[in-house]
Amino acid sequence: MTVFAIEMRGIDKRFGAVHANSKVDFIVEAGTIHGLIGENGAGKSTLMSILYGFYHPDAGSIRINGKTVSIRTSQDAIRAGIGMVHQHFMLVDTFTVVENVMLGAEGGPFTAAGEVAVRQKLAQLAANYGLEVHPDDIVENLGVGELQRVEILKALVRDARILILDEPTAVLTPTEVEHLFRMLRRLRDEGKTIVIVTHKLKEIMAVTDAVSVMRRGEMVGTTKTRGTNPQQLADLMVGRRVALKVEKTPAPPGGVVLSVRNLTVLDSHGVARVDGVSFDIRAGEIVGIAGVSGNGQSELLEVIAGIRKPTSGTIALKGEALLTGAKDEARRLRHHGVRHVPEDRHRMGLVKEFEAAESAMLGYHAEPTYGRGLLLNRERIVSDCQAKMDAFDVRPANPTLKTALFSGGNQQKIVLAREFERDPVLLLVGQPTRGVDIGAVEFIHRRLVALRDAGKAILLVSVELDEIMALSDRILVMCGGRITGERSPDRTNEQDLGLLMAGVTERAA
Amino acid sequence: MKRPAGDLPLWYSAGLVPFLNVVLAFLVAGLVVLAIGANPLQAVRILFTGALGSWYGMGYTLYYTTTFIFTGLAVAIAFHAGHFNIGGEGQALLGGVGVAVIVLNLQFLPPILLVPLAVLGAAAAGAAWAFIPGWLQAYRGSHVVITTIMFNFLAFALLGYLLLEVMKRPDSMALETRPFIDGAKLPRLDELAVLFGLSITRTPVNLSLVLALLCAAGMWLLIWRTRLGYEIRTVGANPTAAVYAGVSPAQITVIVMLIGGALAGMMATNEILGVQHRLISDFTAGAGFVGIAVALMGRGHPVGIVLAALLFGVLYQGGAELAFEIPAITRDMIVVIQGLVILFAGALENMLRDRLGRVIFRMRASEA
Repeated sequence: MTVFAIEMRGIDKRFGAVHANSKVDFIVEAGTIHGLIGENGAGKSTLMSILYGFYHPDAGSIRINGKTVSIRTSQDAIRAGIGMVHQHFMLVDTFTVVENVMLGAEGGPFTAAGEVAVRQKLAQLAANYGLEVHPDDIVENLGVGELQRVEILKALVRDARILILDEPTAVLTPTEVEHLFRMLRRLRDEGKTIVIVTHKLKEIMAVTDAVSVMRRGEMVGTTKTRGTNPQQLADLMVGRRVALKVEKTPAPPGGVVLSVRNLTVLDSHGVARVDGVSFDIRAGEIVGIAGVSGNGQSELLEVIAGIRKPTSGTIALKGEALLTGAKDEARRLRHHGVRHVPEDRHRMGLVKEFEAAESAMLGYHAEPTYGRGLLLNRERIVSDCQAKMDAFDVRPANPTLKTALFSGGNQQKIVLAREFERDPVLLLVGQPTRGVDIGAVEFIHRRLVALRDAGKAILLVSVELDEIMALSDRILVMCGGRITGERSPDRTNEQDLGLLMAGVTERAA
Repeated sequence: MKRPAGDLPLWYSAGLVPFLNVVLAFLVAGLVVLAIGANPLQAVRILFTGALGSWYGMGYTLYYTTTFIFTGLAVAIAFHAGHFNIGGEGQALLGGVGVAVIVLNLQFLPPILLVPLAVLGAAAAGAAWAFIPGWLQAYRGSHVVITTIMFNFLAFALLGYLLLEVMKRPDSMALETRPFIDGAKLPRLDELAVLFGLSITRTPVNLSLVLALLCAAGMWLLIWRTRLGYEIRTVGANPTAAVYAGVSPAQITVIVMLIGGALAGMMATNEILGVQHRLISDFTAGAGFVGIAVALMGRGHPVGIVLAALLFGVLYQGGAELAFEIPAITRDMIVVIQGLVILFAGALENMLRDRLGRVIFRMRASEA
């Protein structure tokens, strides 16, 4: 008889009117890598939070390795042999690896004995699974891949036999992803059970043995990975047929719209965030910037949008120098037809406290459309937003609803509608599909290609390589603030881009 | 998902919760009254009849209300941009100086020009005093809470110096200027009533009550119906989004402090132009600080501020009557009651709000 590591049956959980989990069965065979996928709000996080003791289910039972358990706190989960690796690492930057791993398992008021034990365990884990770390390294000096390894070690030191990883590849380069997968396969071969929560279908196909799909709080299917394919999984997630590939004809680019020359941005510590970057974008082409987040793409985007002042370098729009250093640069650039979908809509693109209609005019509130003289015309603001909501299928299409009450995907559509529907000359797009459902991704990608075909110049920044490869006419790769290479999407692959993203320049290509 | 999803209805957050908070404050105050051996029910009766039971009481209540509307609005406008203007007291004092400088130097002008100029003088002086902390916050990062508190002390010192050395009435020992000419007075409401053939009791409430209500209406228009108001709210709710939108948070900071200072300064039109008819020292008597409580209780909304100002007007006037009628209840007790209102309406606001909110949500869910 097969042993089930996790056996969650009939899990039911409501938050007020929201039925987050509805009679969910989630069964994972011991010694396998199991994927859990679903759109935002499908109930994956709720299910995993229940398994890890953050929430208590309204109904249902949990058996771990065949034994019924009651998990009321994360302590209970740890005792049951469950370890969780969060998407956002929970480490103390100024501590060493050992100190971080010990945290919460010091073994008494004096740390010396606990430290010896932890060091022994770390050595043992390194020997068993190839999880090498230097125990005395300070965490803030480690790379992202190593940080993740420390998180995994934290769980293993506590004798976790089941590991849950929440979006483990979000911040990794393709090479680091490969490394992580090798590590997970080895852990599995040594008898651990692994659950990966993700929205990346390709990774599900690459690393899992079985996969469960959730939609709207329900478990809609569990299958062997070998017996399925990305299209089938995507259709299952969304509940209808979705196009995973973007339909796109070759671009006949026009004249140069944006030209950036020797752009350098130093941060307050004098570190170059953007380091001597030069490139052009022509009318009717999408230039994608690939790179692991934090390598200068955000700063580049903000400089071109007029939000951040460059230290040196020039930017010209249709041959005309753009940046004047004026206080209201962002507003001036909008006047010239620069449209900007910011990377982080919550931080920058919207005001969550505002009505949707008010968020839908952010940055354009001075336009005569919205009122005469000093006064704003509410009816015009609301009807303008209504039109945008209809054009972009925002749900619910209610302009007077508070922005915060829309789902992430619909908030993003409000931002996109605001910037797309305003006849851009140059369109700056940061992470257009972050936290957006597959169905909406398809829609957003089609709109972007349509704008390109209408002759707009588009700069696309995304950490999703698939998105960059699918949409771009040219790809620039950034690492450490520099452009480490330029590629045509049909003459490159993930490995090639991955090397550039890691800063390995032309020689290796 | 600890907070209930969705918005609570307006009648709940703007009506029921503040009302229950005031009731709670009165209950606790009643216990204190009981503890010192007085009858709380009798005290409440005296408080309310003293404040609202006669033309005389109502006049005084509205006179206090006028002052608190001005200082409450002064705090609230900065609040909308995410700043805490604690400097209403000092800005109001400077407003008094502005009134006196205009009236004493331009008394040859006809009243129809002199009085509006004096009002503008109050606003301008208050705004100028608030400009410095505003500028320091915007361009030097000095926290406006700290600097406005310091500027209150500076304002007291400055007013003392001016009254002692520069503007002092030569024939008096008191710290005051010479009296204003008759043409430089805001008419009292009882004086205005006579024009309409009505006769009401003489009280200090004067035309500046109308000015205060106009300011409240103006602030509503500014915040919710103008482009500047939109920029102010954007800066207050999300400064990063404001920068994205091309709005300079520094500029907005200076602007709201200027408006706030002007509103606080206009408090002097009630006290100096309407009642004292000369500049005296310490005429603000803590009204700037009461304004903080009024703005918090009124949730920054002009309608809420007018209502909260009225409540504090009742507490001031009724409290004075109470201290007079029941000697065991001193002026200090009134301060305790006011403090309890501030505590429950301001600091402990969320105590009721979230709990009751959950109850309402459950009721709705079971209906659905």
